[in-house]
Amino acid sequence: MSRHIISVLVENEAGALSRIAGLFSARGYNIESLTVAPTEDASMSRMTIVTTGSEDVVEQITKQLNKLIEVVKVIDLSEAEHIERELMLIKVRAGQREREDMKRMADIFRGRIIDVSDNTYTIELTGDGAKLDAFIRSLDQGAIIETVRTGASGIGRGNRILRV
Amino acid sequence: MDRVKADTLSGAEIVIRCLQEECVEYVFGYPGGAVLWIYDELFKQDKVKHVLVRHEQGAVHAADGYSRSSQKVGVALVTSGPGVTNAVTGIATAYMDSIPMVVITGQVPTHAIGLDAFQECDTVGITRPIVKHNMLVKDVKDLASAMKKAFHIAKTGRPGPVVIDIPKDVTAATCEFHYPDEVAMRSYNPVRKGHAGQVRKAVQLLLEAKRPMVYTGGGVILSEASKALQDLVQLTGFPCTNTLMGLGAYPATDRQFLGMLGMHGTYEANMAMQHCDVLLAIGARFDDRVIGDPAHFAQNPRKIIHIDIDPSSISKRVKVDVPIVGNIPDVLDDLLKLLRDSRTQDIAAWWKQIEDWRGKDCLRYDRNSRIIKPQFVIEKLYEVTKGEAFVTSDVGQHQMWAAQFYKFDKPRRWINSGGLGTMGFGLPAAMGVQLANAGATVACVTGESSIQMCLQELSTCKQYRLPIKVLNLNNKYMGMVRQWQQFFHGNRYSESYMDALPDFVKLAEGYGHRGVLVEKPSDVEGALRDAFARKNELVFLDFITDQTENVYPMVPGGKGITEMILSEEL
Repeated sequence: MSRHIISVLVENEAGALSRIAGLFSARGYNIESLTVAPTEDASMSRMTIVTTGSEDVVEQITKQLNKLIEVVKVIDLSEAEHIERELMLIKVRAGQREREDMKRMADIFRGRIIDVSDNTYTIELTGDGAKLDAFIRSLDQGAIIETVRTGASGIGRGNRILRV
Repeated sequence: MDRVKADTLSGAEIVIRCLQEECVEYVFGYPGGAVLWIYDELFKQDKVKHVLVRHEQGAVHAADGYSRSSQKVGVALVTSGPGVTNAVTGIATAYMDSIPMVVITGQVPTHAIGLDAFQECDTVGITRPIVKHNMLVKDVKDLASAMKKAFHIAKTGRPGPVVIDIPKDVTAATCEFHYPDEVAMRSYNPVRKGHAGQVRKAVQLLLEAKRPMVYTGGGVILSEASKALQDLVQLTGFPCTNTLMGLGAYPATDRQFLGMLGMHGTYEANMAMQHCDVLLAIGARFDDRVIGDPAHFAQNPRKIIHIDIDPSSISKRVKVDVPIVGNIPDVLDDLLKLLRDSRTQDIAAWWKQIEDWRGKDCLRYDRNSRIIKPQFVIEKLYEVTKGEAFVTSDVGQHQMWAAQFYKFDKPRRWINSGGLGTMGFGLPAAMGVQLANAGATVACVTGESSIQMCLQELSTCKQYRLPIKVLNLNNKYMGMVRQWQQFFHGNRYSESYMDALPDFVKLAEGYGHRGVLVEKPSDVEGALRDAFARKNELVFLDFITDQTENVYPMVPGGKGITEMILSEEL
């Protein structure tokens, strides 16, 4: 069992997302995260799916995805050099006593404070999953009010390109 | 059709015009509120003939049987809501066996979608996992291209059913009609040619094989590759087996044919599968009913070549050494070109081994029984119809006996629900077969349990004068369930006895057909001869058969294919 990050170019049509999500549930594949949005060509969406499975299962996942009529291209990014990023918005307690520390911690992780209230900060943080996890761990758990994460987006390094 | 000057047509007219453009001969369907405009247009023309079934499941099975026996795309038309849910079993049946089909479903008007309207259901959602593709057409301007796409997708690549869901207001709205000549989709371009390097590797393996085996499935029939397969098997002298879905692809009466393989395959076919050193798999998918436990199958080392149009069928249950993705006839042509110039190994020793296995005579049964043996009925059916009939079946013991004892020499003659195993398939499928093959001999081999699942279609048979011969192997049990209960559940026949059966003769007569009760072995042949002589009549033959007969050989579920229970061992 290993973690794979699969990129899918898919026709931007109604129902395409549920077709893909349905494929994963029907065949018992794992989904750790799934992100999707249109590409520069609005007729096409790009999806990043993080999954875990044996080599055989991941081979089947890519084949089954390719079999869907609306799927244009599929690659397993984790087969080679790639970059992945995830965005997190995290709302933390930031009263008079914690404000300084919280600001410093956000700076260390290259986070940005994007909303401030009397007793909260909302911090925007980008990185791979491990970095976001590390940030959460480094905070006083009682200080965390709310988190939202996008799930990973990925792209191949250098000349490794996924396009039509 | 006038392609220069575009006509302004309603959605319903467009549906019918598209069917005409696709040269659709028959639509199997059942009307209802959401498809009233479409039925109105059907009424106004006579190119596309409509067959009114008695239940939507029957419509889809009939379209399915039509397709399986003719290579054409089957078409069904049903209304929204319950029309669709009734059709679901038929669609899933076609999907599991990769049958090209277009199912047109009515939908509530676009403005009512999502409001829990009368006879509304999420058709696209419900059918998503059981179709090759589906679409909801919300704008009449998209309808013609959606229809074109539906037919294109259904019949190309690995075929399958496509559902096209059309809201009622879209069938009433109008637009200019253009039927596209071609479909161009960047996301869907099935390959045809196999990779040349892979083909060479395959040839190399075949030339080195000392114990070769050819194993083929439904893909050979679907892709019209039977001729090429026969050429290959004849040229090489290799033994050949077919799956349940592949019967008829290679002539069953030929010496090189080892019979069907799998859970109820012959001893020789299963033994040869297990002990071969090079396996050429063509349009087959190594499913659980064919190779049983994959770990057991892997115990014997062998090189596997797998030709299939669908990459996801390759290395799914069994690791393959030489995968070749492509259209089977194209790939076989390439293989044949290379094989014709080469010499294969001497495999006389292998054939001797196979003949030893064949000597077990694994399909033997008691021919002197005073009760009718179901196998005997099928053997007589084969004799009486001279092996020329189209045979549909339902699901269970009778299906296996038909597959084992009717020797199919031609493709598209054996019509059964292999993947989904749908009881109720046989009779409506036979209707489609008979309509696709007017004048041909069509037999539906069924059992007293299966036949009752789509019995209502006897009425359709009457209306359209379909002279099908129904062979009801009546043992008053869900025979296959009973057999499993006998073998694996300590003879506890839980709910598998069919009590309170109707008088099938009267029932057939009630529908306006001829019904015949056959109780003695000595009456079987005469009854069959009489029935098949009646060219214009549906005859329902109710054979009272041995209640305790089992299907042998049998590989218990989850076991290896050579771990067979043979009749003598009980």
